[in-house]
Amino acid sequence: MIPTVFMISIVSFGLIQLPPGNYATALAAQMAANGETLQQAQIQALEARYGLNEPFLVQYGKWLVGVLHGNLGQSFIYNTSVSSLIADRLPMTIVLAVATLAMTWAISFYVGIVSATKQYSIRDYVLSTLAFLGLATPNFLIALVLMYLGSKYLGMSVGGLFSPEWVDAPWKLGKWVDLLSHLWVPVLVIGAAHTAGLFRIFRANLLDELHKPYVVAGRARGVSERTLLMKYPVRVALNPFISTIGWTIPAVITGDIIVGQVLSLRTTGPLLLEALLAQDVYLAGAIILIVSILTVIGTLISDVVLAWFDPRVRLRSI
Amino acid sequence: MTLPGPTDNAIAARVNAVDDQIEDDGDLFAESELAALPDASPSKLFWRAFRKHRLAFISLIVLLLMCGVALVPEFLAPTTPDHLHSLHAYAPPQRLHVYESTPEGSRLGLYVYGYTSTVNKDTNAIRYVVDPSQRVDVGLFVRGQPYKLFGLIPSSIHLLGSMDSSQPFFLLGADANGRDLLSRLIYGTRISLSVGLIGVLLAFVLGIVLGGLSGYFGGRVDSVVQRIIEFFMSIPTLPLWLALAAAMPLSWGSLQRYFAITVILAIVAWTGLARVVRGRFLAMRGDEFVLAAQLDGNSVLRTTMRHMLPSFTSHLIAQLTLSIPSMIIAETSLSFLGLGLASPAISWGVLLQAAQNLRAVSTAPWLLTPGIAVVIAVLALNFIGDGLRDAADPYKR
Repeated sequence: MIPTVFMISIVSFGLIQLPPGNYATALAAQMAANGETLQQAQIQALEARYGLNEPFLVQYGKWLVGVLHGNLGQSFIYNTSVSSLIADRLPMTIVLAVATLAMTWAISFYVGIVSATKQYSIRDYVLSTLAFLGLATPNFLIALVLMYLGSKYLGMSVGGLFSPEWVDAPWKLGKWVDLLSHLWVPVLVIGAAHTAGLFRIFRANLLDELHKPYVVAGRARGVSERTLLMKYPVRVALNPFISTIGWTIPAVITGDIIVGQVLSLRTTGPLLLEALLAQDVYLAGAIILIVSILTVIGTLISDVVLAWFDPRVRLRSI
Repeated sequence: MTLPGPTDNAIAARVNAVDDQIEDDGDLFAESELAALPDASPSKLFWRAFRKHRLAFISLIVLLLMCGVALVPEFLAPTTPDHLHSLHAYAPPQRLHVYESTPEGSRLGLYVYGYTSTVNKDTNAIRYVVDPSQRVDVGLFVRGQPYKLFGLIPSSIHLLGSMDSSQPFFLLGADANGRDLLSRLIYGTRISLSVGLIGVLLAFVLGIVLGGLSGYFGGRVDSVVQRIIEFFMSIPTLPLWLALAAAMPLSWGSLQRYFAITVILAIVAWTGLARVVRGRFLAMRGDEFVLAAQLDGNSVLRTTMRHMLPSFTSHLIAQLTLSIPSMIIAETSLSFLGLGLASPAISWGVLLQAAQNLRAVSTAPWLLTPGIAVVIAVLALNFIGDGLRDAADPYKR
């Protein structure tokens, strides 16, 4: 686990260094595009200040030592410490991730059961079609369509996580209500593909279980349909719900990059995109590192929960 | 541990007996069907099973049509993608009329209505509305903007277009520069579809070589390749793509960028394929037919390619088909963010870039139509993949 995180940190640091040039030249190019000029001496001063001309391993080593001391470095574009930027954005990202996971689970659980128990019914066909559409549509397209429909027919601004008047307001009840009224759009958009995928797996698993002899045996003994369904086949088929916990966090963050851009959310996704484009090494590296660590932790949690939940997993290795 | 009681056993036995009977009937039916076709080769049986999957079959036809569009966009598009009608920025879609009603009765005649422009007093923005009093004649096989078919044969015949090429003809509306969206969509098909296909071929080669090595030799080679795969799988996909795409020099031309994008897509996609190949090779390498092939003095290459790989080709093809859609979506997303292809190259993602903010979308909702093309292509490929997978599975038949 630790080596994985270590490897990822090297690669994420290296990936950001890949584009030719560095932050100073990127800034110079950006300023040149705006009609301003950056003197060669200023570029060199910037490079010297941030140590941009040192070899890759030296830069990486310095960064790693800093990270281990809890110092994520300075962001070039925002000119503040990376930790404060991330601290500003991360809570909302986690709220988004948790809400997305909850919605994904709730919808695919309910819809999967309906669809599997009423196979080949109209409801099954409608739900399966919707799931296929959810899988096939790029999520930024869903966001755009929702934005268009929202502004045209509901007269509301779909976008952001708060209405303008609540952005800087203290956390009172009204702000929470406002958050909830905005949160459903990004949650729906980011979770669409994941929900559809989970639903398909759950439905297929459940369909496999429903025709096994033990179900018929239970039914023959007079167990009520509901108890029979919930107690045995659903428990067996629930496996993918748990095993994808770890996978949810990167999925939300990557979905957030595009969707956050379209819906202008103040989460880590758009920040990462901005940092990557401007070659803000420490900011981008820190975000990718945090995402990777969260992913690894998530995978660990899902393994533990799976072992606790599913005796087949627990007993297999013994 | 509790042992199931005798009643349980009895019930289970009876249930099994009933099940067996049903299954026997099914087998008998299948056998009689097979007996009628004694000369069907495996590929014929595969094709027959695939055709029974109606949705997959329809999707195959849709995909073939799209490939046809990608092959000759110059002829099918009403005009060239860069032909400007600067006076018709954001012109809305026109409806194609097939019948016209004249005083003598209705008769066949292709036409669309022209536009009139109105100026919004508050914002000074020009808006175009379809004006039924103007008529633009439309014809089949009309002469229009010159182009080179396959980049070689000069021609100017378009399948459908306005008789007078200076007249506006926008079946799907126009973009901000007054270019025909339908034509651009048709031209974009080539890049958007081929990115997926070429990317998958690259991933396929990588996956077979590395997965094959891993599964065939096992041991140390296997664990090295496995670590590489795990490593690639643990990096979040989109940041990886973004960083690689951002690493492309801006001076690169569209062709270079195009190949770079396919390589970037393949770098992420090969791991899944490699795992499939490895799993199959690991399971198979102890089999007698592999041993026989080895004892006959076949080289490693021949043993794997001639004897082992064909035993799961159909499964592999299904797997390949199912990994194309994610590539198409990835290309669209990258180009949408401005990190993938950029104009003058035309792909569906590049076209969607024009619809990036709410203002553009609300003035010109038809800019989202390339998204529909993406959805159709991705759905069709998914269904075909499902159909192929079912057809490849001998236990489902």
